[in-house]
Amino acid sequence: MNFALQNTAIDPIHQFQVTKWLDLRLGSIDISFTNASGFMLLGVVLCIAFFGYAASKKALVPGRTQSIAEIGYGFVADMVRSTAGEEGLRFFPFVFTLFFFVFFANMIGMVPYAFTTTSHLVVTGALALLVIGIVIGFGIWKNGLSFFKLFAPSGAPFLIYLILVPIEIISFLARPVTLALRLFANMLAGHIMLKLFATFAAQLIGAALSGAVFMGVVGILAFGMGVALNALELLVAGLQAYVFAILTCVYLNDALHPSH
Amino acid sequence: MLLALLAETAHHLADDAPPPFPPFEAWHMPGQLFWLAILFGALYFSLSRFILPKMSDTIEKRSDRIASDLDQAAKLNEQATEAQQALELRIAQAKGKARETAAKAAAKVDAEMTAETARVDAEIEKKLDAAEERISALRASAMQNVEQIAVDAADAMTARFGLKASAADLKKAVSTALN
Repeated sequence: MNFALQNTAIDPIHQFQVTKWLDLRLGSIDISFTNASGFMLLGVVLCIAFFGYAASKKALVPGRTQSIAEIGYGFVADMVRSTAGEEGLRFFPFVFTLFFFVFFANMIGMVPYAFTTTSHLVVTGALALLVIGIVIGFGIWKNGLSFFKLFAPSGAPFLIYLILVPIEIISFLARPVTLALRLFANMLAGHIMLKLFATFAAQLIGAALSGAVFMGVVGILAFGMGVALNALELLVAGLQAYVFAILTCVYLNDALHPSH
Repeated sequence: MLLALLAETAHHLADDAPPPFPPFEAWHMPGQLFWLAILFGALYFSLSRFILPKMSDTIEKRSDRIASDLDQAAKLNEQATEAQQALELRIAQAKGKARETAAKAAAKVDAEMTAETARVDAEIEKKLDAAEERISALRASAMQNVEQIAVDAADAMTARFGLKASAADLKKAVSTALN
């Protein structure tokens, strides 16, 4: 039992490795069912199972499951209503789906050895582009060309517009990028941190078992830090789903009321 | 557990080249997008078509039920208030009636007492009158007796002096002296 520290570094990136579970091809495109797809499927199935079960109850006085589901319903509905107004409720199913898709993916990611679907930029990027695509598509369909007033808020002198319009366009273009990166980076960095502290603690305590008592003390501190980080990451997992959903509402509000 | 971790590490260290950063590997991206589209679509479909309408139905029914229950409660409350008002009115009426009866009884008793007092007063007056009359009669007869005694005495005294007076004169002199 004599392990040198430099030989026991465990790769913190390994948890993001995509591995094929089922080799599938669509023409020349590789659409293999991977561990990423598997955990995404798990999240979707859990989400449908939970809300489907809760919705099937229909009790006048809700039980625990139904209560939680209805709190989720009210939470998202209030979020949509307060940021995008009553008209925003037409997007309620979309925002609800988005919030709980990300929420379940993040929460499943908190389980050790589980794959975090939202730690891949291609997933968060696709969701962000879907949101911005809906904002632009619906905005132009509903408001016509006056949707582009979004880039020129009324009431500014002409010269200001020369600066204001490019800034507004850049900030609009930055939206999908930041929306995707925020979720991706939070999940990626959080899980790397978790893995680092966990392996650090394991290595140090392992070293202590072979005689280096001081390493054990640091190892216990690292373990405590890992526990604290777990709590923090649990918060981040919920919070990032919320941030993703509420920013979607804010952007949808622009599509509904571009002149504001 | 620890040994397994360490064994895994050793395995990783065996490959010399640093592994590529998985989120930026290109090979799995089409597959991820494909399954994301299918799974997100399936979730959206089942939530928006089946689950969310059911939930909103339940929530709406509940708020309807609560509203109607509240309505009914308000109605019942109103009825209770009305009943209470009616009750209070009847109590007030009964109190008024009782007061009236009491006043009537008091007036009757009052009248009876006044009549009785008057009757008794009159009786006493009558008795007093009779007594006074008797007293004055007694006094008059006593006076008469005194006069007679005085006349007799005066007659005797004049006879001692050797004088002679008529009975009429004596009487006259006595009554003058007495009155």
